[in-house]
Parts: sequence; C-alpha cells; structure tokens
Amino acid sequence: MNRETLVNALLILGLLAAPFAADAMGEPFYVTLATRIAILALAATGLNIALGLGGLVSFGHAAFFGIGGYAAGILATHAFNAEPLLFGLPGTNQMVSIWLAAVAAAGMAALLIGLISLRTSGVYFIMITLAFAQMIYYFAISWPAYGGEDGLSIYVRNAFPGTNTMRPMSFFLIAAGLLLAGLAFFALLRNSRFGAALQAGRQNEIRLAAVGIAPFRIRLVAFVLSAMMTGVAGALFADLNRFVSPSMLSWHMSGELIVLIILGGVGRLAGPLAGAIVYVLFEFALGGVTEHWQLFLGLVLLCVVLFARGGVVGLLAGRARHG
Amino acid sequence: MAEPVLEIRNLEKSFGALKATDDVSLDLRSGEIHALIGPNGAGKSTLVQQIAGSLKPDSGTILFQGRDVSGLDMAARARLGMGRTFQISSLAGEFSALRNVMLAVQASAGSSFRFFRPVMRDASLIEPAREALSRVGLSDRASVPAAELSHGERRQLEIAIALAQGARAFLLDEPMAGMGPEGSQALTRFLDTLRAQAPVLLIEHDMDAVFALADRISVLVYGRIVATGTVEEIRNDPAVREAYLGEGA
Ligand SMILES: Nc1ncnc2c1ncn2[C@@H]1O[C@H](COP(=O)(O)OP(=O)(O)OP(=O)(O)O)[C@@H](O)[C@H]1O
Ligand SMILES: [Mg+2]
Repeated sequence: MNRETLVNALLILGLLAAPFAADAMGEPFYVTLATRIAILALAATGLNIALGLGGLVSFGHAAFFGIGGYAAGILATHAFNAEPLLFGLPGTNQMVSIWLAAVAAAGMAALLIGLISLRTSGVYFIMITLAFAQMIYYFAISWPAYGGEDGLSIYVRNAFPGTNTMRPMSFFLIAAGLLLAGLAFFALLRNSRFGAALQAGRQNEIRLAAVGIAPFRIRLVAFVLSAMMTGVAGALFADLNRFVSPSMLSWHMSGELIVLIILGGVGRLAGPLAGAIVYVLFEFALGGVTEHWQLFLGLVLLCVVLFARGGVVGLLAGRARHG
Repeated sequence: MAEPVLEIRNLEKSFGALKATDDVSLDLRSGEIHALIGPNGAGKSTLVQQIAGSLKPDSGTILFQGRDVSGLDMAARARLGMGRTFQISSLAGEFSALRNVMLAVQASAGSSFRFFRPVMRDASLIEPAREALSRVGLSDRASVPAAELSHGERRQLEIAIALAQGARAFLLDEPMAGMGPEGSQALTRFLDTLRAQAPVLLIEHDMDAVFALADRISVLVYGRIVATGTVEEIRNDPAVREAYLGEGA
C-alpha cells in the first residue's frame, strides 16, 4: 500500500469512526458535524472532477449544489402539501427519487452552462461560470412560489427505505455512503481512458488535440458529471438543514467548494474530504469565538497556496503519481 | 504516380504586414521524405501549423488523402492520420512517457468515453504503446514523467506518439534539434525506415540529415517556395545557393 492510499484510508476511517464515538458519548451534535463534512466533501469531490482532473476552475458550482438543494426542497414541499408538480407529476419525499431528480436537473443545467462556458478558458471561464450561477441565484431570490429570498423549509426530513432519517446516525450513514460512492466513482474515472484524456487536457490541451481527441467534448462530459455529483450533495445538504435558501446558490458557496479542494489537495482522491474536515472543524472551533473566523481560514489558505501546494493530502502523502 | 497523400495549393497567411506563407503549393507523396528547409523565420513552422490545423490560413486549400481538410480542427485532422511533432516539444508533462503514448493509442482506437476500466491494466493500450516506445529507443525511459525527459528524449517521444496514432503522414518540425550527434545519426537511420510506413514532411536545419534522407527538398524563403527538387538539383540551384545555402553547399 502506498502512502497516499494509507492517508486516504485513515481520513475515511476517521470520518466514519468519529460519529460512532460521539453517538456513544451521547453527543449527537458531533454526528451532525460529521454529516456536514461528508456532504461538503461529496460536493467538492464533484467539483474535483472538473477542477482537479480537468483543470476547469468553475466558480459556479454553487449553481449545481443549489439546484440539487431546490430539487429536494421543491419535491418535498409538493409531497407534503399533496400538490402535483409540473404536468401532474407528484412530488416525493423519497430520498432516492430526489437524488435522481437532483442529478438530472444539475446535469441539464451543466450541459447548457458548459456548452457556452467551455468555449472559453482561463479567467473568462471563471467569470462566465460565476455569471451563470449568479443568474440562477437571482432567479431563486425573485421566485416567490418557493420562498424567494426567505428560502424553503422541509418540515420532515425525506425518507429512505428501512431507516428513520431523523436519527442523526442514520442520516450520517446515508451521507457517508454516498460520499464513499462518490469517491469510488472519482477514483475509477481518474484511472480510466476518459480520465486520461481529461487529465491530459489539463496538462496540455494542444497535445490532446494533436493525438486526435477534441478537448471540448471531454470537458463537457466531465463538467456534467461533476455537476451531477455536486447536485446530489446539494440535495443531501437540504435534507441536513431541512431548509433550502438562495444562499446555497451564492458565489460564497462556489468559493467555499474551491477552498475545500485547495485546502485538501487539488485532483487528489481524498483532497475534498481532507479539506472539508479542516474547514468544518475550523468553522466549529473558531466560529463560536469570532465572527471573523474566515479571516483565519484565509490565512491558512494563503499558507497552503504558498508553502504546501498539494494541500493536506500533498503534505501527508507527497506528490501525486500518475503511473 | 498515385495522387499525393498531402497536397497544399496556393496557401497564404499573413501576420499583419508580414507574409509568413506566400502562395505556397507543395505535395507529399507516398513513400517519400520531403524536406522543407529555409532560414530562421522563413515560415516553416507556420506552414506545419496550418497543415495540422492549429493555425487558420487566410486562403488556399489543403488536401489530405484527397480530402479537403480546411474545415476540420486539429483533432479531426489527427484522427485522419496527421502525425505531428512540435518544434518545441508539447507533451502531457506529468504523465510518464508510456502514458503519453497510451493516450495516442486510445485516441486512434476512438475510445475516450470509457469511464471505468483502469488504463494501467489495459494491455490493448499498453502493448502498442510499449512497441512504439521501443521503436524510437525509449523503452527504458517508459516510466519517466515526460517533463523529466531530456530535450532529445522528448522529441523521440513525440515521434513514438505519432507512430502510435497510426499516422498516414508524419509532419516533423526539427526533430533533430537538441540532439547530440549520436542521437541525430540514430534518428536519421530511423527516419530512413519510416518512409516505408508513411511519407514524412521533414523540417530540419541539420543539412547532413536532410541530404542523407530527402527524396525531394523544398526551399522556403520569406514565406515563398523558391525551389523544389532532388538533393542534386537543390545543391546546384544558383538561387538556393545565394538565398540560403550560402557558400556551404
Ligand atoms: N502568431 C504569430 N504572430 C505574428 N508573427 C508570427 C506568429 N507566428 C510566427 N510569426 C512570424 O512569422 C515568421 C515565420 O515564423 P516561423 O516560426 O514559421 O518560422 P520558421 O521557418 O519555423 O523559423 P525557425 O527555423 O526559426 O523555426 C517569423 O517572422 C515569425 O516571427
Ligand atoms: Mg520553426
């Protein structure tokens, strides 16, 4: 087992073990904290496909996170009020159906946004993805049917067969299960032919085109897959808070996802998880002490960028190996 | 003789007031090495870029295997069989030499939308890639990241990539540059055998190599082709001697 595999295993085991310890000590709040870590890590693992593997610095992934969240909120509201949705389709309070809806909606949005934004690169790409996300943000604010600025409450956490999702531990296991699935997907993708083309495009897109692979299509598919995973995380996040609001769609959220990846290690399998652990613990430890905890986070980030380019995973496991 | 593999007609390209390609017509026939020589800044690389599709000509036609490729982008032309090396090596620097070549194998198989099977356990990619590396003499450097290879090795690697693409024509922009005399000689021997597989458009400043290899030579000066002919014809062409070869030939 190489060092990175070991680091990955420890991070995952740590995340899985912590809530059991907390539960045993009768501290359900820490279970919720771990759930938050798992969900943010899943969202950032989605972004890690585009950003880490493809070098596509999307500053608009909050759009997909928020769309996933609203998919959960809207479907749950319709189910709760027993009002049909569009075309007489019913709402639902089943998580699995909600995830599928979140994946479909985020994927569609990413397809449209990607078709336009992926024709640009560098700073233009960053700005265009930001602009699209802000459009969706303002749309959500001005859409009174689903709470507008005030957001939308989910009165009862959505259901999962065979378990009571209102139990913190049950919901944690659902979120952790999806995170593991997301990590497995990322790992397979990275080592596949598609992943090879995607990563080659990040290193040198002229080379990719010169062997006969058009970078645009590879990137478009990557962008859509990336958005889908972030969308599922958004649906979970809505269920965690039992609340969705436009803030899930705001540029702060997009920035937060990027920060998680940079903190943890860009393109590394467990980078987003490591980043989410650091971020959430930081928020928890300092958030109570000072409102300006993000200032300190900024300093940490600065140190990572200046002194530890590979983030936490890079620090613990050394440089990435490509075989 | 059958129709040429590559045929360029009346190609024009200007950068502002500078005519980098001035009414260039040129062809590349099956089985030949056609050398393109000319002083620095003559427009040789600019011409290759237009052929390969990374630069759009102002006017003119490029036919590849009888087909007008003007509307095709670089990737599409590569899939048709243009195997190109760059004057300044252009590789996926983090990937090993082997993985760079595997990417070309994968591209030629047209199979980049496969999401799960790990490439490093895929013999249908690894075997042809190893074969191409061994043909250019890079077998023992297979696992070295491209960014850590020497200049000469990177040029060899680019040729291995073009081989693995299954190129129908090779466009080589100064493949000998940065190689020592031994490397150049080895590469000369290799290119000599390469023309049997597919014709080579060879841009090169190393005149020993050019005279040893070329079936035909075209001389480009200020964007214009001033002469095309066999080695003997070019050596004895007074215009070429004056414009380019100077007293050396
Ligand atoms: N993108 C560009 N914009 C403006 N001028 C350019 C551009 N690319 C090339 N040129 C100019 O066009 C001319 C031809 O350049 P090119 O690189 O094709 O020459 P070359 O024959 O390959 O020279 P060398 O032997 O030095 O490689 C040069 O004067 C160069 O400065
Ligand atoms: Mg040149």
